[in-house]
Amino acid sequence: MDLRVDQLAVARGGVTVLEGVRFALPAGRGLVLRGPNGIGKTTLLRTVAGLQPAVAGSVSVAPDAIAYAAHADGLKATLTVAENLRFWAAVYGTAAVEDALGRMNLAELRDRQAANLSAGQKRRLGLARLLVTGRPIWVLDEPTVSLDTASVQLFGDVVRGHLGAGGSVLIATHIDLGLEADVLELGPFKAIGPRGGGAGGAFDAAFGGDFA
Amino acid sequence: MIALLVRDMRLAMRAGGGFGLGLAFFLLVAVLVPLGVGPNSTVLALIAPGILWVGALLACLLSLDRVFALDFEDGSLDLLVTAPIPLEGVVAIKALAHWTVTGLPLTIVAPVLGVLLNLPVDGYVWLVVSLALGTPALSVIGAFGAALTVGLKRGGLLLSLLVLPLYVPTLIFGAEVVKRGAEGMATGTPLALLAAITAGAAALLPFASAAAIRINLR
Repeated sequence: MDLRVDQLAVARGGVTVLEGVRFALPAGRGLVLRGPNGIGKTTLLRTVAGLQPAVAGSVSVAPDAIAYAAHADGLKATLTVAENLRFWAAVYGTAAVEDALGRMNLAELRDRQAANLSAGQKRRLGLARLLVTGRPIWVLDEPTVSLDTASVQLFGDVVRGHLGAGGSVLIATHIDLGLEADVLELGPFKAIGPRGGGAGGAFDAAFGGDFA
Repeated sequence: MIALLVRDMRLAMRAGGGFGLGLAFFLLVAVLVPLGVGPNSTVLALIAPGILWVGALLACLLSLDRVFALDFEDGSLDLLVTAPIPLEGVVAIKALAHWTVTGLPLTIVAPVLGVLLNLPVDGYVWLVVSLALGTPALSVIGAFGAALTVGLKRGGLLLSLLVLPLYVPTLIFGAEVVKRGAEGMATGTPLALLAAITAGAAALLPFASAAAIRINLR
């Protein structure tokens, strides 16, 4: 269940933000993405998750291996905690709802409407969804936003348990989750003109790249 | 897939879900038109098929922008795209859920409102049949429009403009079925065309909608 990314270039809003990204993520390992705001961490994660096409390069991963968690939790405010989770369990064809509720410390909130949860509790519910997907590779975008220290620790334990069970995790975060993970620092990207070998955009295609 | 259908219907039924909005609108149209046109029963009987169909169509249109927009805003559309259900299936199920909470109730209450508009007796069966056959097309075509406008803020206006022309054939043949039925004429041809539109839309548009969503999520 390896995730392999080779010479990947990703674009946000038509502008290439990252180029030449290369890493491999074997089973049981974690990889932390770091870099300043706007560097393209979210774009990279969305590309890896298959939500948008790569400009260049390749992402090779077994089909149906990735569980993606974004900034938004995808919760329905009028459904209860358990209903929200049961829906995703049914979509992924698993039955691990009770286990996930317990591990993310949500058992007591199970019959509460998601609308009445605090931001941190919503986040915990969003992350509990990862446990019911039963997928080996977790792709997480800033998972600890609005979590308190105890919840961060709880989530760190959950991720460690996932790694211990042979899963792997690709995570964009600046908080130390206590993981034994490699770190990929994304540096500021300076565009290379098409003449210099960089990726051309629509502008270059229209005007022949003479302005590079 | 069934879980998605159940979830969408449950969301529509719960507070703030918008169930009943289309129904209330349909009711208003059918109540207000006789008041506006006047109590001339011949005129009402003449325009009843058209009014009922236009009312049903606009009632369907009313709730369309919610089909994908809500899931887009709270991030669950991203998660559904990465889920093991094919996106085409997601679109088809969402259109089905939309039909179950708008098109189906409209079809059921339409005969009651037909009374208000003095629809001729022979027309009632054809009203129900034509709405049952035609409203699924309204939901599927509407879901396609919603998919095209999914990333846009306040996309409702554009959605209406995109979808209304696509609704025209359904409206023409649907109202024609009721009109011919009410006058005791053969309804076979418009009914077949109406069914053909629904079958074609249900077969093809989920693929187009899924492609539109994939592009809009980039």
